[in-house]
Amino acid sequence: MEKTIDSHSFLDFAYQLYQTMKTNEISLVYEGEVTQEITKTFTSLTEKNLAKNEESNAVQRKVFNVMVECLQNISKHADSMIDEEGEERRGIVMVSKGEESYNIITGNVIKNDKVEGLTRNLEQVNSLDKKGLSDLYKTQMREGKFSDKGGAGLGLIDIAKKTGAELRYQFKELNDQVSFFILTSTIKRK
Amino acid sequence: MEVINIQGTDDTPNVILDKSKGKFELSGRSLPEDVNLFYQAILDWIDGYAEDPNEKTEFDFKLEYFNTASSKIILDILLKFEEIVESGKKVKIIWHYHEEEEDMLEAGEEYADIVEIPFEYVPYSD
Repeated sequence: MEKTIDSHSFLDFAYQLYQTMKTNEISLVYEGEVTQEITKTFTSLTEKNLAKNEESNAVQRKVFNVMVECLQNISKHADSMIDEEGEERRGIVMVSKGEESYNIITGNVIKNDKVEGLTRNLEQVNSLDKKGLSDLYKTQMREGKFSDKGGAGLGLIDIAKKTGAELRYQFKELNDQVSFFILTSTIKRK
Repeated sequence: MEVINIQGTDDTPNVILDKSKGKFELSGRSLPEDVNLFYQAILDWIDGYAEDPNEKTEFDFKLEYFNTASSKIILDILLKFEEIVESGKKVKIIWHYHEEEEDMLEAGEEYADIVEIPFEYVPYSD
């Protein structure tokens, strides 16, 4: 039997989603495959939105910057629910605007055996001040090798440097293979 | 030497590498997903240039934004010019940054900490 959503409950769902987005001032949501094309589209949409809202250049640049790193993290590191090679890299991306800050929230599936390493990286970044982050960034640029996926392990350090805020994260174990990783980056609007 | 003149796009920078005119420039945005694919030709060109460099090289970096993967390649480029400095030629990096973009100034200062090449910082406005 095919699963169908009757049009009435779908309308309810669409309206609820709309309300939730309004209440939380979520200006963009995307769920799906994250490719370079999607990254470009998403960042340019956000740029236009920010320009329209007359956000300062520095804040616009930071939001843009953090989005690129978050999206490219997904396109390089996201794992799949099903264990197969060459699967697409999916994730969810949300941008919300509050009185004082922008939040960029990304979520993607990762393999459970990567959780420990990623937690260690996140905790290390969170333990450092501005100078420490800059030193770590320089060391990593010099010594870090590109992984086979083209990552250089710099993304999280960069996000922390640019936002000047702690990286907030959560893992939700989905089964004995994979977890869902949520990262929230906050950019202050001054 | 062959001239490299690449027009920038939404996610790749403008590149000018012209030995006879003494013009070296990287500007715009750099956020390609596959940085190696984009930068390999540029790194190869610089290797060739390093074999017989000009007495004096001034390299203009006027980047609006670059992603972290690009930041590592930019360091690779600078390290190649550091070798040219070590061979006894003059090299100067002219690091342009938007006057409101402290992050971009700091990025230049971080590179200057790592490589032994003189940097000059030049702010610009819209």
